[in-house]
Amino acid sequence: MLTKRIIPCLDIDKGRVVKGTKFLNLRDAGNPVEVAKRYDKEGADEIIFLDITASYQKRKTIIDVVKKTAENIFIPLTVGGGIRNLHDIREMLKAGADKISINTAAVENPEFIDAAAKKFGSQCVVVAIDAKQVRSKKNLINNFQLKWEVYTYGGRKLTGIDAVKWAKKVEKLGAGEILLTSMDKDGTKNGYDIELTRKISEAVKIPVIASGGAGKKEHFYEAFTNGKADAALAASLFHYKELSIKKLKRYLSQKGVAIRIC
Amino acid sequence: MITIIDCGMGNLRSVAKAFEHIGKKTIITSDRKKILKSSLVVLPGVGSFTAAMTNLKKLNLTETVKNIITVGKPFLGLCLGLQILFEKSEEGNCLGLGIFHGKVRKFSYKRNLKIPHMGWNNIKLQITNYPSTLMSHDRTGKLQIFKDIPDNSFFYFVHSYYVEPKDKKIIATTTNYGINFASSVFYKNIFATQFHPEKSQKNGLKLLKNYVDYTGN
Repeated sequence: MLTKRIIPCLDIDKGRVVKGTKFLNLRDAGNPVEVAKRYDKEGADEIIFLDITASYQKRKTIIDVVKKTAENIFIPLTVGGGIRNLHDIREMLKAGADKISINTAAVENPEFIDAAAKKFGSQCVVVAIDAKQVRSKKNLINNFQLKWEVYTYGGRKLTGIDAVKWAKKVEKLGAGEILLTSMDKDGTKNGYDIELTRKISEAVKIPVIASGGAGKKEHFYEAFTNGKADAALAASLFHYKELSIKKLKRYLSQKGVAIRIC
Repeated sequence: MITIIDCGMGNLRSVAKAFEHIGKKTIITSDRKKILKSSLVVLPGVGSFTAAMTNLKKLNLTETVKNIITVGKPFLGLCLGLQILFEKSEEGNCLGLGIFHGKVRKFSYKRNLKIPHMGWNNIKLQITNYPSTLMSHDRTGKLQIFKDIPDNSFFYFVHSYYVEPKDKKIIATTTNYGINFASSVFYKNIFATQFHPEKSQKNGLKLLKNYVDYTGN
């Protein structure tokens, strides 16, 4: 039986793991290669690196990190952040990444998804969607309906694009997977945005990774059951050893969720 | 020497790294002569069936691959490297290598499953009835290449199509995703998997090691 995946995410700034709240207030959380090795041992199903290095000159550090990681761990590795063209993708794959994740470049130029999928295969194209809930007054009075809009540039720029519509569009363009981050929940530790996750997961046929808000093991259970997520991502929860992947997987397995125990 | 065929697609480095990890050097190449001289040929592949076949043709490697297989050189196919061994696929109009009878089919959306089939799934080991000369196995019929790998072990998959061999006896493992499909095949010198041993942690590395040992490399 296909199992639900637990994916630790490492935000990387100039070659170091960092973590902040709501995309701000970064603090150091270690050497990415060492952290990745630890997660692999604990039973992580995949690992995601998100490069948030702002300075262009220091971008190359992520390539070294990917190379060293790929030499040491043998589970799928996804790399995102700052990938803007086919050349960037090739560089990452050559360094040892299995998938790449794109966000801003995909929103600004949707054809990029199509080109990437045709060139390297859908299996390695993950589209990251950063979504934030919007409430229109009209909806509140008449027929209350939840809506989410897409943000780019690491959560700094509102695009006005509807998240559900965008998810359907990226699927059509050839994305192999969606990494869905709730900006409202990210860093809060009070649970994934279950409504958003379910809406997107039901709207597309490709797998959806829930992200943003994981604070305890029950949140993962919610994401997999009510949220219908195929995978769940967390960062600080694992970094600061508040919850071990091993314990989390044992709990989920006991609750009847299909999980790989190793 | 172990060669990994470079068709210009996919993450060959991860395949090479996995071999390195079990102490085996490899060369990544699309050079016909080097491929013919090697003692084990690995054909990895991601992307589409048509693209993989087109690239093989462009590199003039279609006949080379057919040759090494028919002369009995050890051959390891990974993912698309398994699929193109069959006659044809529902993905595009391109013909495959036709080493095995049967075709490549797409998972059905009707079963309410996410496609691609992506993530970790179990493999069910099949008991072979073939004589040991064709498929090396122990007395119980368990294939030697799965030595120390328990039944129902987890491997990593990412694909939207699966192979349907006509000769069911070549099926080495099955996996369930809405239906039971052939997740690896084994016959004489050929071993090919739908899953990615190079991305399947300990079990994957063990399987690669078993196959390398089995082929005497």
